[in-house]
Amino acid sequence: MASLTASPDAANGEVFAPTGALTIGRAGSVSRELDAAPDPLTIDLSGVERMDTVGAYLVHRAVRDRRARVVGESSEHHDLLQQVADADHPARTVPEKEGGAVAELGAWTIESGRTLKGLVAFFGATLIGFASLIRRPRRFRVNAVIQRFDVVGVRALGIIGLMSFLIGIVIGQQGAVQLQQFGAEVYTINLIGRITVRELGPLMTAIMVAGRSGSAFAAQIGTMKITEEVDAMRTIGVSPIEALVIPRLIASVVMMPLLAFWAMLASLVGGGLFCWLGLDIPPLTYIQRTAEVVPATDLWIGLIKAPVFGFIIALAGCFQGMLVSNDAEQVGLKTTAAVVQSIFLVIVLDAIFAIFFSSIGWL
Amino acid sequence: MASRLNWSPTLPEGEEPIIKVRSLTNGFGDQLVHDGLDLDVRRGEIIGVVGGSGTGKSVLMRSIIGLQTPQSGEVHVLGESMIGRDEDEAKNIRRRWGILFQNGALFSTLTVAENVEVPLREYFPFIKPPLLDEIASYKIAMSGLGPEAGEKYPSELSGGMRKRAGLARALALDPELLFLDEPTAGLDPIGAQAFDQLIRNLRERLNLTVFLITHDLDSLYAICDRVAVLADRKVVAVDTIEHLLKLDHPWIQEYFNGPRGRAAAAS
Repeated sequence: MASLTASPDAANGEVFAPTGALTIGRAGSVSRELDAAPDPLTIDLSGVERMDTVGAYLVHRAVRDRRARVVGESSEHHDLLQQVADADHPARTVPEKEGGAVAELGAWTIESGRTLKGLVAFFGATLIGFASLIRRPRRFRVNAVIQRFDVVGVRALGIIGLMSFLIGIVIGQQGAVQLQQFGAEVYTINLIGRITVRELGPLMTAIMVAGRSGSAFAAQIGTMKITEEVDAMRTIGVSPIEALVIPRLIASVVMMPLLAFWAMLASLVGGGLFCWLGLDIPPLTYIQRTAEVVPATDLWIGLIKAPVFGFIIALAGCFQGMLVSNDAEQVGLKTTAAVVQSIFLVIVLDAIFAIFFSSIGWL
Repeated sequence: MASRLNWSPTLPEGEEPIIKVRSLTNGFGDQLVHDGLDLDVRRGEIIGVVGGSGTGKSVLMRSIIGLQTPQSGEVHVLGESMIGRDEDEAKNIRRRWGILFQNGALFSTLTVAENVEVPLREYFPFIKPPLLDEIASYKIAMSGLGPEAGEKYPSELSGGMRKRAGLARALALDPELLFLDEPTAGLDPIGAQAFDQLIRNLRERLNLTVFLITHDLDSLYAICDRVAVLADRKVVAVDTIEHLLKLDHPWIQEYFNGPRGRAAAAS
């Protein structure tokens, strides 16, 4: 193996004479030993059998910074040292960051403002797209819309049904535990009926659709942006809003209430099953009681909210997809942003709806 | 047609090749890409690999560097068998080569300098960050990028700069062997010429062996010592272009004697 010796020399001060291989494998130890050696330094390369650019760089650095003398180099070593010297242009490795937390907060605020403005502009562009479609209905892409119905709606039935069924059971069980303390288990039916029809049906469906379809919209459109398909579309004269955004919007808006209704039914079935097996309430009683305690307005509330949620999810998904530019990493980022944004907006809207419906007396 | 040639893709006995491929068979589904392919690459040469689309140039490279396990056959690189090695052994061989992928394959979350540092950090964790930065700097300069490129992210670079940055990363560990997958594709003629020049200089300075997949006839003429032709699921010929031109293979004739081939030969 290679070894490294440093021996004192009366005339030249320290002589540094590495032997064997002066390569990247020894860069750590060689640089430490070089740093430790006192000036004036002479480097003797006569014992070096193999040198790579890292080894040459270390020698070059000692020459550059400490005016070290190099002796015993072969012509190959000399060439290598020359190349490294030619390539010695210090480069910054990471961009300089300006300011601290305040600057970051500012940048974030500006970014958020831009996103919001962009979303509003995108909403406007979509409305214009709708308007032009209404004037020229023959350009409406029926096939694209029906295909989206399948992807957004039909294929989500299984997972949304299962999720809602389980939520129905959980609400029933949790509610029963609390209500039993007052001997009021029968009110579990009220709890299940009202909470699932009014709130959880549309909300959980919206969250599931945002995760399933909102993310897919962003990823699909984002990928199409990167592969320049969207640009190609524009140059051919096809409006991306008409071809990509509107079919997805329509599919979400139409499918959301249907899925929400399906989710309500599945939750009621789950809750009913729990009441039957856990609380000995027969299914017929459960159905009768549900019909009595859940007012029709609850169903309307649920079914009015659902399409609005669907619209928000599709809008956020398509908008984030359209924001993707130049690199693949953005697809991931924008897909995440689409899901976070749509779920957040859905919950904000849900709160607004709750206040609105209470104030018009739909308790 | 290929059988009419009195010619072998392997080196004569006694000369130890840096890459040795024997009876390599690769396929997807029931479609064979390579069927008993042989190839030897000499130490220190720049070998160009050409072939029509779908003849498996990239698959050949991926088989050699171990990204794809062939259905059968042997691959020896730097004297070591590459097939069926465990991860640790393979790692030791891998650090002796560098690869430039077609679009650079730079890590998009890292700056150019950080990209160059990735292999250094991976194999030599004890090198201190300031020294790493300095090593990255001269690698970047050697690849023909200006010092301002170090702090840029891949998305801020042009196609040609991205390839140079990819090359800087490929050179990070001072490899003996350099694989280049269509390095001049998508570059303008001036950029492509500069890149050819860079490869040739680096080969001379760093004693590299270069395995170059290309479609660029100018590159073939300008920098390749030998050219391997992939056709009929095999390497049908490996030789200097001058000798290849004398072979009676329809694809070779069409390739080098087509209008583009002749234009490249004339320049």
